[in-house]
Amino acid sequence: MIDRRSFLRIAGVGGVVFASRLARGADPYATSQDEFFFVQLSDTHWGFQGAANPDALVTLPKAIAAVNALDPQPDFIVFTGDLTHTTDDPAERRKRLGGFKEIISRLKNQKIRLMPGEHDGSLDRSEAFKEFFGATHYTFDHKGVHFIALDNVSDPAARIGDEQLAWLKSDLERQKADARIVVLTHRPLFPLFPAWDWATRDGDRAIELLMPHRNVTVFYGHIHQEHHFKTAHIEHHAAKSLIFPLPVAGSQPKRVPLAWDPAQPYRGLGFRRVEAEAQPVKYKISEMPVVKV
Amino acid sequence: MTRRRLLSGALAAFLAGAGAWSLAAGPKEKVVKIAARKFTYAPNIVTLKKGVPVVLEFTSGDVVMGFNAPDLNIRADIIPGQTARLRFTPDKAGSFVYLCDIFCGDGHERMTGKIRVVA
Repeated sequence: MIDRRSFLRIAGVGGVVFASRLARGADPYATSQDEFFFVQLSDTHWGFQGAANPDALVTLPKAIAAVNALDPQPDFIVFTGDLTHTTDDPAERRKRLGGFKEIISRLKNQKIRLMPGEHDGSLDRSEAFKEFFGATHYTFDHKGVHFIALDNVSDPAARIGDEQLAWLKSDLERQKADARIVVLTHRPLFPLFPAWDWATRDGDRAIELLMPHRNVTVFYGHIHQEHHFKTAHIEHHAAKSLIFPLPVAGSQPKRVPLAWDPAQPYRGLGFRRVEAEAQPVKYKISEMPVVKV
Repeated sequence: MTRRRLLSGALAAFLAGAGAWSLAAGPKEKVVKIAARKFTYAPNIVTLKKGVPVVLEFTSGDVVMGFNAPDLNIRADIIPGQTARLRFTPDKAGSFVYLCDIFCGDGHERMTGKIRVVA
């Protein structure tokens, strides 16, 4: 058996670069692993109108164009929730989901994985989301990595819930202790800043289930900014938004969007590419701007 | 002898009664009513005294809301048509944010308030 290091390196384009290592693990996928990359977009809030982003109608289309310009193209694209901005009107909600669906149909690569955010799903337990995009939690495997999409928003109280946790437990029992696991979700699973509702009420139960697995990385959204955190050996990486940035947790009294700067439109917005490398096992994460300057 | 015993018994009963009265009268429990409605709490600033027991009484005028003051470790679901009660004694002075933690629509993120605990 060959031991090798699994590690994860974060590379910011024009920003901070840091590296961190995950636990050592044997290589259970020697024949099936391959290098690939995927793209994470988050918190597009299609339908938002407000001073925080006067270019709301073109921000997502520009991000789609930026993803389409990647050469080579990603293996697949994930959207980690808040695809649309919330509305009390069920018809308007479907109109926004339909609008979002039309825009992402412009992606060159149509291998797309979606999950809801609370703006999409918390007012109707994701009924409309399911009509357009199907299940809100699921798994898939790609080149030796086991992906788990977790839904922590369809319950408006931000719970994953007993049923889904039992499903997660059952799925994880089928994974080896050193399996490479990536969790995709909307809210942070750990209590990042509960005073701003940046938490999942029963996220600790999900983390507890993930703990026996040595190579787990979580990618999520919700907080509209890049953020990196570890709970024991599990890494949690929040993505930027594609509508407006939010302040650093607790840096100001209110959780209100950072003001739009006409001199630097799209500042603080972006998406990320995640490169999974097989030898040695590592991920390289690059933060990408909406528009290159 | 009998009279003395009777008197001492009466005195004991009086003192016991006084003790019970004095315990019941302890620090008086304060009741604060908080009305939740999209997307506000009224009042949104509540001042309490450290060490004085309080009952927070919540009602919702429209949809299900959540009251959560994470730094005081208190929360409650607020169901329309019902009164939710939280009984606690603030044990530290300071200013503590509370928020709605059940997503209730466009404006949910602004639905916050503050509990000020004075010494």
